Amino acid sequence: MPGTLLDLARVFAPLSLVTIGGGQAIVSDIQRQVVDVHHWLTEAQFMNDFAIARMAPGPSSLLVTLIGWQVAGFWGAVVATASIFGPTAFLIYGVAHLWMRYRGARWQEALERGLRSVAAGMILAAVYVLLGTLEGGWMARGITAVATVALMVTRVSPLLLLGCGAAGFVVLRGLGVG
Amino acid sequence: MQVSPQGGMERPSALHLFLIFARIGLTSFGGGLSGWLLREFVQDRAWMTEDEFLNGLSLSQALPGVNVKNMAIWIGYRLLGPPGAVAGLSGIILPPAIVIVALGVLFAWLARFPLTHLALDGAAAAAIGLSLVMGITAARRVRRGVVPLTVMAATFVTVGVLHWPLLWVVLAAGSFSVGVEYARLARR
Repeated sequence: MPGTLLDLARVFAPLSLVTIGGGQAIVSDIQRQVVDVHHWLTEAQFMNDFAIARMAPGPSSLLVTLIGWQVAGFWGAVVATASIFGPTAFLIYGVAHLWMRYRGARWQEALERGLRSVAAGMILAAVYVLLGTLEGGWMARGITAVATVALMVTRVSPLLLLGCGAAGFVVLRGLGVG
Repeated sequence: MQVSPQGGMERPSALHLFLIFARIGLTSFGGGLSGWLLREFVQDRAWMTEDEFLNGLSLSQALPGVNVKNMAIWIGYRLLGPPGAVAGLSGIILPPAIVIVALGVLFAWLARFPLTHLALDGAAAAAIGLSLVMGITAARRVRRGVVPLTVMAATFVTVGVLHWPLLWVVLAAGSFSVGVEYARLARR
């Protein structure tokens, strides 16, 4: 078990350092590590966890807390959480000092602009990987498309949206569509 | 170092900050936490100016680390120094962490019913929509130039299609992209 805890830290701590542009960006790499490399979860289990993490309140990166719990119980959850949030917590803390001291410096603007394109590519890559893993064929992808449009043109609550996705899928399957 | 709120506002205690962040953490679903933080600290309580808040937000997004956690540390630090940073961090993470484990246990128990799997598949499908909207929003904010668009496309292909390890892709693409932007700013 200590070996597993160490593995959890080794997987999630480096990922915490590349979480640029929000927790969504690392989802594809979490999936690769957890499912393909370490075989801690099956693809289906991972997708369930992903859905739960998006349904739950708080930062969606708590996905790793849930994975840690399933892989190694209480301490697994603690180690995974500390690994994903810890290293960058110190980083932002230190930078909060520097930011005040060198307000408006060129390197700040360059960092901000330069990382933007990388972050966008990462988030879209995560979407692509998740769509490939999604069960339920064209109907599930249809729900993704409808949800995307709904989010862009309305101010629908995300929780309500996920609830509708779940209910819609159950009803459509019940009717024998797809 | 000026860390107390300006304008003679009462200084929140660390416990008070923790409770505010815990409430926001527990009542925000599917992202959008930054919007809640803005409403709470700038608009409702006026504990910091919008400028201060936005500085922290762009920093939180550009730097590695979960945005909202970075933001909680930034706000906590600005308001109350080190204890504030700790209060913000633990408030935004610990209560929701307990909730997600409880939800995981609940769904593991519900997993005996086939309906649960269908419902979770449907929810996951909708949840990907949340990610996609975020991706589209981020892509829109990328500068329309050959280098940024190429970096974005290359990151997408190497991470999403070729499954290269994220760490190395970000280090390579990130340092190249930041370097180019730095040179552009230097010429201006």
